[in-house]
Amino acid sequence: MRKLIIIGSGPAGYTAAIYAARGGLEPLLVASSVEAGGELMNTTEVENFPGFPEGIMGPELMTKMQEQAERFGTEVLYDDVTALDLGGEVKKVTLGSGASHEASAIIFATGSAPRKIGIEGEQRLSGHGVSYCATCDGFFFREQQIAVVGGGDSAMEEATFLTKFASKVYIIHRRDELRASKIMQERAFANEKIEFVWNSEIVDILGDDAVSGLVLRDTVDGSTRELPVTGVFVAIGNDPRTHLVHQQLDLTEHGTIWVDGRSSRTSVPGVFAAGDVLDPTYRQAVTAAGSGTVAALDVEHFLAELGDAGAPEEDVSPIDALPAV
Amino acid sequence: MTAKATSESTWQQDVIDAEGPVLVDFWAEWCGPCRMVGPILDEIQTENDGKITVLKLNVDENPNLAMEYQITSIPAMKVFNKGQVEKTIIGAKPKFALEKDLATYLG
Repeated sequence: MRKLIIIGSGPAGYTAAIYAARGGLEPLLVASSVEAGGELMNTTEVENFPGFPEGIMGPELMTKMQEQAERFGTEVLYDDVTALDLGGEVKKVTLGSGASHEASAIIFATGSAPRKIGIEGEQRLSGHGVSYCATCDGFFFREQQIAVVGGGDSAMEEATFLTKFASKVYIIHRRDELRASKIMQERAFANEKIEFVWNSEIVDILGDDAVSGLVLRDTVDGSTRELPVTGVFVAIGNDPRTHLVHQQLDLTEHGTIWVDGRSSRTSVPGVFAAGDVLDPTYRQAVTAAGSGTVAALDVEHFLAELGDAGAPEEDVSPIDALPAV
Repeated sequence: MTAKATSESTWQQDVIDAEGPVLVDFWAEWCGPCRMVGPILDEIQTENDGKITVLKLNVDENPNLAMEYQITSIPAMKVFNKGQVEKTIIGAKPKFALEKDLATYLG
């Protein structure tokens, strides 16, 4: 039996792994078979992660985090958790391969998944012009007119990135002001290929085999109109990925995993949460990493109290827990 | 045997004129999810030799085929049989999910 299994391989999962591995817990990290590295794998330049003044590519940052976790003894498995049994003192994790693993503690750091608009044409045309990943699919919209839905940083980043390919990018937003940070807004406003469509929501996506246009409804006067585009990129937020633990852990009114105060302790002893799966508000790479640290330190305390921890209490002082330079 | 590469110049013989089903993985270097699904497709090829042929088509090097088959999202996996597309799978999926999608060919 393991001391600790970490589920998730974004900034929260890998940071938890770095701390736990340095604490001697020899964690097993289940990274997913196709989404290893998490949300940052689908981003381009990350400009707000401290320590990288020139910026760093999202996938490169995640590769470095993984290397750092493995350097101290984390075992990474490219597999998917299909079932979790968290009730007893021994936690059981079943994987897509059919294998199962047991541990005294679990860190649940599964992050979040892109939110859908929730209209009929969206599902039908997904992969045929409806996309949730600009870096993956932007390439196929060279010299075409496309739309981005959303008003946050991700929507601005995607729209700006897509102007490398598209001849025109409409940003469709329900209100007349943006949630995005100042610098991302200014970048979008300054881009000649970007046009804002304010106070509008998508009520239908048109096209038989491929997207040919959108039906927009004006949120102020209720009027509808069509916008001819061949692609629509959805960036309207994320929902926490909690389906594996719905019946087992308490959730908050936001659908995120409930934790005790500023700790990572969930409603079940021995189960800890980290990153976007418990965070309805901040959802940054850095806050997720910080949350992963909290979870790893909470696990060390939990295992020390159980009496089977590898590391005695004095080894988890904050100074010792700092990453090696 | 892992999955081999195909291209516009060998497309006709590799895919259209092939005997038996051929799964073509439309992919690119810059596509993170493609890099994750690549090794899974290699495994599927190795474990199902003789039942299905798995080929990889780089969309950067073969843009005409990507356009002809209206690829707008990768990875896109299409199963060809007697020159016709019989099945399309879009997006990276875990191995067990791909095997389920391909069950009629792997069975």
